Amino acid sequence: MKKILLMGNPNVGKSVIFSRLTGVNVIASNYSGTTVEYTKGYMRLGNEKVEVMDVPGTYTLEPTSKAEEVAVEMLKEGDLVIDVVDATNLERNLNLTLQLLKDGKPVVMALNLWDETRHTGISIDVDKLEQILGVPVVPTCAITGEGIKELVSELPFAKTNTYEYEEEKRWEKVGEIVSQVQKITHRHHTFLERLEDVSIRPITGIPLALITLYLVFNIIRFVGEGLIGYIFEPIFESFWAPLMMRLSNLLGNQGFIHDVLIGKLVEGQIDFVESLGLLTTGLFVPFAMVLPYVFAFYLVLSFLEDSGYLPRLAVLVDNLMHRFGLHGLSIIPMMLGLGCNVPGAMATRVLETRRERFIAATMMAIAVPCMAQIAMIVGLIGRYGTGGLGAVFGTLFIVWIAIGIILNRVLKGESPEIFVEIPPYRFPYPTALLKKLLMRTKSFLREAVPYVLFGVFVVNILYSLGIIQLIGRITAPIITGILGLPQDAVGALIVGFLRKDVAVGMLLPLGLNLSQLVVASVVLTMYFPCVATFAVLIKELGTKDMLKATLIMIASALIVGGILNLIL
Amino acid sequence: MEKVDLTQLEEGESGVVVNIQGGYGLVRRLDSLGIRVGKKVTKVSSQFMRGPITLRVGNSHLALGFGMARKIFVRVVK
Repeated sequence: MKKILLMGNPNVGKSVIFSRLTGVNVIASNYSGTTVEYTKGYMRLGNEKVEVMDVPGTYTLEPTSKAEEVAVEMLKEGDLVIDVVDATNLERNLNLTLQLLKDGKPVVMALNLWDETRHTGISIDVDKLEQILGVPVVPTCAITGEGIKELVSELPFAKTNTYEYEEEKRWEKVGEIVSQVQKITHRHHTFLERLEDVSIRPITGIPLALITLYLVFNIIRFVGEGLIGYIFEPIFESFWAPLMMRLSNLLGNQGFIHDVLIGKLVEGQIDFVESLGLLTTGLFVPFAMVLPYVFAFYLVLSFLEDSGYLPRLAVLVDNLMHRFGLHGLSIIPMMLGLGCNVPGAMATRVLETRRERFIAATMMAIAVPCMAQIAMIVGLIGRYGTGGLGAVFGTLFIVWIAIGIILNRVLKGESPEIFVEIPPYRFPYPTALLKKLLMRTKSFLREAVPYVLFGVFVVNILYSLGIIQLIGRITAPIITGILGLPQDAVGALIVGFLRKDVAVGMLLPLGLNLSQLVVASVVLTMYFPCVATFAVLIKELGTKDMLKATLIMIASALIVGGILNLIL
Repeated sequence: MEKVDLTQLEEGESGVVVNIQGGYGLVRRLDSLGIRVGKKVTKVSSQFMRGPITLRVGNSHLALGFGMARKIFVRVVK
């Protein structure tokens, strides 16, 4: 099968064009390095089915980083290259174009972000450019879909070009081309450009970052609580509960099957959190407790990603991250990790060295709880007021900093400096934002719900076989001795390996006091990643480093849990 | 003619790169993002405590670490 590669500089819209061509949705954002792994899709070209590949962005074919190596490696496999070019940055993009042309594959150029040339005062003579390069050039605006049809219809006309230049004179050549095809007219600064300057100067940028953080926090809370209070809880309470009560009566209110499906009745009634049945807790936890917050979080995160704010935040926190041997960009895996640790772990690839990736991944896996777990902790401890929540998240924040500082001290090696392109601010395109939000929500449901159900099922089996009670007795010196929790809490730690949200929910029937809840929540976050994250971390770090990270997790969880138990 | 490194350039000031005091790796990395000898750059901001600086190069903005910025020398353009 013919292979078409989408190549170009980072953040020029390759992933958006990929989605348009193949109908395969991939996450696209407004910053460099969103795509860290290639994605494959298929499209029809005439009567032929062809493979399309979304390649990570690269500035050059002489790779300077791991992601760029991947891109260069993939170029060898392609039969045809769509060179995606940022029309507002013609000079730097043509540098790669010339290298691609020299490589000898047939090329079609997509002059993307075409709409932005208008208000940036840039005009490009497309015909002339086509003439000079000798390959088809199509202006596109991928996000609205303009020009995509034309791009597809030009694919059969892709050409290997005959453009000759000496390697040392590449930039000179680029300069020549640019001066022939591009005119720039003077224009006034727009509001967004003023905002760009304001948000990156520390004096105005740091207050702005704090305001943003405050807004983010409150929007997530408002949307999450709203969805729970007005939609999901009423549905479960007034519609699902009576139905389940009837089923419970039908099954005789007890017995193995009843307990697996409905769970244990609390004072003769179903309690959606405590009953622990597949059809009660198994559905209530993912849909009515976790989903609303996950949705709210991704709504805000997607907005931040698409606006172009994240790399600016990276510049502002660069200094702090250097204390951990990292640079500012490592804030991106941490932010993604707050949604789900799996994409967070993958995003550590934006970092240059193994050492950085190890530190960032370990910090995240230990001290950054995912939204599912946060939602459950808020649901569980929030009812005692904000003090308990402050203790949990405050502790985790301190642990995050401490782990970073210690790892930076202990591990040999230096930390590279930040070097990244800062994208212009763009107003998020609503349809694209919505699509991304739905995609993430769906993927949460697809991945979380089966695990939650499986987790609830496992709990039932383990309890009825007496295994949890047995392990509880064996581990009592640690669970009770060090952490001050009842023996049964070990059940939560076992299930926490499958799903942390279910694990937090399992604390409720144990009748813990507030201090114990705080200890248990912190330990559940730190002691081990969930199985999905664990698998990705092995892949990203390698077995040996993951083993090291795991030891750090278990040790720090016991130390921190023990200290909390003593002082609370 | 005043020659300074990028950390000494004032915010809003522009300069033409005259010299990059770094190894081949650094020169290549800078080159791939458009910073090379002869190129005009404008400083947009700097952070406290030797934080990264941001530059405008052509139509794009770049952030680079303090250490890197110290190795790039420019002739100030008034």
